[in-house]
Amino acid sequence: MIHVQNIIDAIGLGAVFALIAVGIGLVFGVLRLINFAYGQLIMLAAYALAFTDSWPDAASVLAAVLVAVAASLVMERIAFRPLRTADPSTMLVATFALAYLLENAALVQYTYRQHGIIGDPIGTLAQLNQAVTIGSLHVRWVSILAIGTGAVSLAALALLLNRTSIGLQMRAASMDFRTARLLGVRADTVIMASVAVAGVLAAVAAVVLSIGSASVTPTTGLYETLFVLVGVVAGGIDRLLSATLGGFAIGFAISIVGAELPSSGETPFTSNLYMPSVIYLAVIVALLLRPAGLFARGGPGSVERV
Amino acid sequence: MSTVPALELDDVSISYGSVPAVRNLSLAVGKGEIVGLIGPNGAGKSTTLHTITALARLRSGDIRLHGSSIVGKKPEAIARAGIALVPEGRRIFAELTVEDNLRLGVIGRDGRAGVEEDRRWVEELFPVVKEFATRHAGVLSGGQQQQLAIARALVAGPSVLLLDEPSLGLAPTIVDVVFDALLKIRERGVTVLLVEQRAQRTVALADRTYVLTNGELRMTLTPADADDTERIIAAYLAS
Repeated sequence: MIHVQNIIDAIGLGAVFALIAVGIGLVFGVLRLINFAYGQLIMLAAYALAFTDSWPDAASVLAAVLVAVAASLVMERIAFRPLRTADPSTMLVATFALAYLLENAALVQYTYRQHGIIGDPIGTLAQLNQAVTIGSLHVRWVSILAIGTGAVSLAALALLLNRTSIGLQMRAASMDFRTARLLGVRADTVIMASVAVAGVLAAVAAVVLSIGSASVTPTTGLYETLFVLVGVVAGGIDRLLSATLGGFAIGFAISIVGAELPSSGETPFTSNLYMPSVIYLAVIVALLLRPAGLFARGGPGSVERV
Repeated sequence: MSTVPALELDDVSISYGSVPAVRNLSLAVGKGEIVGLIGPNGAGKSTTLHTITALARLRSGDIRLHGSSIVGKKPEAIARAGIALVPEGRRIFAELTVEDNLRLGVIGRDGRAGVEEDRRWVEELFPVVKEFATRHAGVLSGGQQQQLAIARALVAGPSVLLLDEPSLGLAPTIVDVVFDALLKIRERGVTVLLVEQRAQRTVALADRTYVLTNGELRMTLTPADADDTERIIAAYLAS
């Protein structure tokens, strides 16, 4: 039964990582930009939860969504838009800069608040850390919430992309932005829509992650995003679906490896201390076998090599 | 010409870095006219269309739509002002359905007025876009894709239609379909600027055909010159 519980927890983390992957993939689709500062949007949303801890849960969650969306839009306006025609590597470095800026801003504020400990508690929806017992199965509500919100968010996004005009424009822009503009698709509108949706997804991820960790620090969201980026690239960043599956897979793998392997052991690869090594080894093998991505559709020629 | 031309290029120069692509090009397309633009590869024909649609940057000169300058506008603003481009290589969205491609064509329109009517007309002009509406555009043949590309531009209800080598790589029967459609498009009052490699057909069809070589306007031909192969060849070699 412990294995089933581990699998459910792993699906839960996979779902959160899938949401982060979609947030990164959406922005990549329209801007051809990997936003390394995405983790800091999660961090900002988590701080919004911490600073509104005394509010009702719903209001606190709403504040987190508003903060993440606003931060995402500001990021686009001040950093991505002026660099839109710049070299892709310039934009990439700019997102690194943003990531460190935000992380360090979060760190510095503790000095001004004269807060001795780095980190703030988050009590929002803390009751979901309790387990529900089904037969002999103990599943934490937060895992169920993660799976549920993951499924609902992805379904809502699919509806947005497939059933609305702005969704059609976002899809067209991610396939061929130039031609889309020739048809009258407004570049700024489509990019802002994508960035705003990415912000909402960051907030959702922040809420679910914060319930589990019950706190926020300047590095909240950082490691999750790094892992997701690896998953997204391994899955295939060119398509939203393959990127999402890549994010899910790495979240699932991290959770299951962490839970199934013992926490200590002498022999290499027998304890979850080796978890990152195992995951990255799998990623290397995946990329060697399928350079375009594990879940990418393209056959030969989809990745050009010199 | 006493009335204001639909599209007017006034002393237009374009360069890629320090390499001049088009030099001091002036041309006018009157409302409801078909004007051809022919010339050898690298003459600057596509560059000219890209500059009109703001995909390439103008170095000097002015481009006017119905008398007002469109220089400095974004590509989407120019599309919304009424200029539609059928790009070289068709550039349809292969992974979207034919219907979705047409829905995207309508994005730039101001309101719903006239959309249904234009849609019906386009479906009459190119029945394939109705027949294969639910298919992915990528599975259509080259000729069908070209018809979709033109249909997508037309549902936008443009006042000026730019076409970049629409007959490239098409079977002769489909080339006929495309050229016949251009006449019907003109009948509807749409102004057409046609960039082509099929010099003789273009000269025969268009009200006027400009010959561009090395980025400069060399000659203006009329339908009367269509059978004068030597004159057309001479125009190409004038550089």
